[in-house]
Amino acid sequence: MNPYLPVLGVFLFALVFGGIMVALSAFLGPKKYGKVKHQPYECGVPMVGLRDKMSVKYYMTAILFILFDIETVFLYLWAKSFKSLGWFGFIEVLVFLLILVAGYIYVVRRGALKWD
Amino acid sequence: MGLDALFNQAVEFYNSFEMNNTIVQIIASIIKFVVVFSLCLQIPPIMVWAERRIPALMQRRRGPNRVGIGPWRLYGLLQSAADAVKLIWKEEVVPDGANKVFYQIAPIFGLFPTLLIAMAIPYGHSFEAFGYTIPLSIISVDVGFLFIFAVSSLGVYGVTIAGWASNNKYSLMGSMRASAQMISYEIPLGMSLIPIVILYGTLDLNEIVLAQGSNVLNWGIVSAPISFVIFFICMFAETNRAPFDLAEGESEIVAGFHTEFNSAKFALFFLTEYVAMFVLSCLCSIVFFGGYQVPFLPYETLLELCGGITWIASAVGHGFLLLKAAFFMWTYIWVRWTLPRFRYDQLMALGWKFLLPLGLANVFVTALYVAITTF
Repeated sequence: MNPYLPVLGVFLFALVFGGIMVALSAFLGPKKYGKVKHQPYECGVPMVGLRDKMSVKYYMTAILFILFDIETVFLYLWAKSFKSLGWFGFIEVLVFLLILVAGYIYVVRRGALKWD
Repeated sequence: MGLDALFNQAVEFYNSFEMNNTIVQIIASIIKFVVVFSLCLQIPPIMVWAERRIPALMQRRRGPNRVGIGPWRLYGLLQSAADAVKLIWKEEVVPDGANKVFYQIAPIFGLFPTLLIAMAIPYGHSFEAFGYTIPLSIISVDVGFLFIFAVSSLGVYGVTIAGWASNNKYSLMGSMRASAQMISYEIPLGMSLIPIVILYGTLDLNEIVLAQGSNVLNWGIVSAPISFVIFFICMFAETNRAPFDLAEGESEIVAGFHTEFNSAKFALFFLTEYVAMFVLSCLCSIVFFGGYQVPFLPYETLLELCGGITWIASAVGHGFLLLKAAFFMWTYIWVRWTLPRFRYDQLMALGWKFLLPLGLANVFVTALYVAITTF
């Protein structure tokens, strides 16, 4: 049996279970439309149009995440075969890590990790 | 792929049912799935109850202790059941201007990855039944760690979609914060497990448990303590729990990404959050505390004590895993009522400027140590 087959099963199940829950909330319970009730919750402040363009403050974080996350995945594969690679693999990854740390220091120095 | 090839594959798939072991494994998988899923459904009610009773104990209050069956109060244990029923019967209010489709599917998007990780965890030692060996994890892939990280990253989608679809500024801000926080802490979380992979030489969760054995001195907590510290901090950040619960800081952004959700959809978010906590607790016990291993009692001895019946030994091991996980679930509550909330820039600085370099240094030192001692 393919070990990834249950993934498909879980996906279908989550779809069905979640669908049932979402449908339940639509069918059960009272239904009364109210102009004020159906406004987004804004504590009395006038609504802001969110479908316009907006600045995403965490854009840089997301890009850095991709960079470092891929690096982590590389390290996993190296760690798995660490004992069979020996000193050769160790030195190679050391060089890789040094380049990465240089990039990390650059990122910190340029202030990409500052929040205000 | 041509039609012929497709037909051949279908025939092959049909023929594979002739193999008895496959059928047994499929049936076992379905049973295991049902059991694990019902376990996941039990977690939120019990955790909600615990999350009211334990702080009550800490603050010398009583907490909810009334709801029970007839004359039996059961320490208010049925409070959460009553809450769940109430929640489902509430009116569904979809805010005007919300994106109807994404608003409806966001809770499902959140649930799927969490459920998937819950299925990938080895819950016990594999046992023999009717002459077949049945492993106690549903998705037993040999790249367990990679699988779990790949899937847990998907959890961000549910949060982001929920925040964006609600057409509410608080929701949007909450989802932005939550997703930025989740991706930031995923790096140290991933980094903290690399020393474990180096030390035990496997990515398979089940094999990691077996490699740790029953000797406490061989567990992850002893062989990689710094990894444990990083993992432990990231556990709280990944689930957006206190002291990192900025995604739902009540005083700033109402309730974060699920401000506009109510009724059963809100219950789904609740379920997802608590199952995620349970899954990370299980993962922590598996990687650092020997998983289903009984301390100082090797599996062979345990099997002897159980009279050679493998499923009893598995059940005992499973109980120990749940006990360890329960401890971490309790820690979640303990920490929540002990530490104040971080500021957002402090949170990001902790992740990027402290945990990430620490994780890298940890990887390097562990690799150097293993290299010197083995090569």
